[in-house]
Amino acid sequence: MLNTPSAPTKSKLSVKDLNFYYGKFHALKGINMEIPEKRVTAFIGPSGCGKSTLLRIFNRMFELYPEQRAEGQILLDGENLLTSKEDVALLRAKVGMVFQKPTPFPMSIYDNIAFGVKLFENLSSTDMEERVEWALRKSALWTEVKDKLHQSGSSLSGGQQQRLCIARGIAIKPEVLLLDEPCSALDPISTAKVEELIVELKNDYTVVIVTHNMQQAARCSDYTAYMYLGDLVEFGPTEQMFFKPNRKETEDYITGRFG
Amino acid sequence: MSATLSQIRTARFAHRKRVNIFATALALAAMAFGLFWLFWILWETVRLGLGGLSIATLTQMTPPPNEVGGLANAIYGSLLMVVLATCLGTPIGVMAGIYLVEFDSKSWLAATVRFVNDILLSAPSIVVGLFVYAVVVSRFKSFSGYAGILALSLIVIPVVIRTTENMLALVPAGLREAAYALGAPNWKVILSITLTAARAGVITGVLLAVARIAGETAPLLFTALSNQFWTSSLSEPMASLPVTIFKFAMSPYENWQQLAWAGVFLITMAVLGLNIAARVLSRSKA
Repeated sequence: MLNTPSAPTKSKLSVKDLNFYYGKFHALKGINMEIPEKRVTAFIGPSGCGKSTLLRIFNRMFELYPEQRAEGQILLDGENLLTSKEDVALLRAKVGMVFQKPTPFPMSIYDNIAFGVKLFENLSSTDMEERVEWALRKSALWTEVKDKLHQSGSSLSGGQQQRLCIARGIAIKPEVLLLDEPCSALDPISTAKVEELIVELKNDYTVVIVTHNMQQAARCSDYTAYMYLGDLVEFGPTEQMFFKPNRKETEDYITGRFG
Repeated sequence: MSATLSQIRTARFAHRKRVNIFATALALAAMAFGLFWLFWILWETVRLGLGGLSIATLTQMTPPPNEVGGLANAIYGSLLMVVLATCLGTPIGVMAGIYLVEFDSKSWLAATVRFVNDILLSAPSIVVGLFVYAVVVSRFKSFSGYAGILALSLIVIPVVIRTTENMLALVPAGLREAAYALGAPNWKVILSITLTAARAGVITGVLLAVARIAGETAPLLFTALSNQFWTSSLSEPMASLPVTIFKFAMSPYENWQQLAWAGVFLITMAVLGLNIAARVLSRSKA
């Protein structure tokens, strides 16, 4: 079952002539794309094609590693985030990220979520409790953890931990949510829950998801980008990408004749 | 055909089994050899130490030869100097360890600090003692508790740096990235996430450092020296268990030798306790 993207919306992130280097290795080559607002965009492609690399530029995560370098432009609501004078912390408050492996912080479930909120907002304890509950309900975790909010986050199962990480990400109310293979460490039931959640999230957020799972891209994304060896091969509405792609390479990959 | 294959397999398996039994026997023998000496040492310590131990050991001062007394001033001096040296050395060591992992792990300065730290870690403690003697004691013309604390903290620092660095390096990069991805500043990530995640390991390192300095004699011999009497002033020479043991055990007096054994027993039990605590801590982390 496919989601049909409704009328085209305005783009939230515009990537213009983006090149990326790991030291001397040229990992992304002249990428151009428009990521639409309040839609789910999936990046697919074989390992090493640059999907995660591209994702990690959107919140300037790559800057943690001095040998990594990006050239070009990424406009977030019209402003180039790569050269923005704004502090990178404020960018990351707007562009949240969830990683492949669940990464609960070494603290209670409640504090895992409050940690990020406290960085940017000065909430009273009642408001904070409400925010934590809101984020946990939104990530479909509330009923499972409401009686043990003060237990350690790492006491949860893998799927619950990943939903905790999503809750932590949305608790600070970002505008864009980046998901880097969020289900690759999860069992099918947890995966289904996270996918439902992703579809739900696009009502409020622009979601970009990297995935190795073709069905996942088909099930929950509105737009799909196929990348190969640092090039963006094709980008379009998911339905078109899966049923009548313009490029032969895309078709080969999607039908499993390659990769 | 298949019969021969299975014969070959059986023969190979029998050979592997023999090698296995041989290797296991060697490993067990090595363990028994190590444990034999360890238990002998512990047994002698308990046998001779318990004999000299009494309430007076804990309450009375070190006596002149052939008079009744205890080790109170030495125990107090050891506790005071070890605690203060740990308080001085731990923050410096932990902060240096944080610097090496979180801030600048690949620069030439970090590489130099690591190299120098390795040298300090393996430097004979008597060298540290002589250094403090030259720099502090000979300048102020007096042995003192302060000099003893300084010498002990110089032994604590490299141990704590090394364990802090190792433990922080074990924190998965993903955890750090997740915290940065929320927009957390550097200091917040280090304090709330990485240091918290590595907490048990860092505390274990500090405990092992304490266990190490608790029994050090050489650095105190040239710095705090010893004192026959109770003193709470750190600017005077100060008694400690290891130096007292050294002095008493070498003496010809029966009561001094007995007290030396009592001191050996106390130190051994304290170090044993610290090591067990460290083990329990590092296990509870896993």
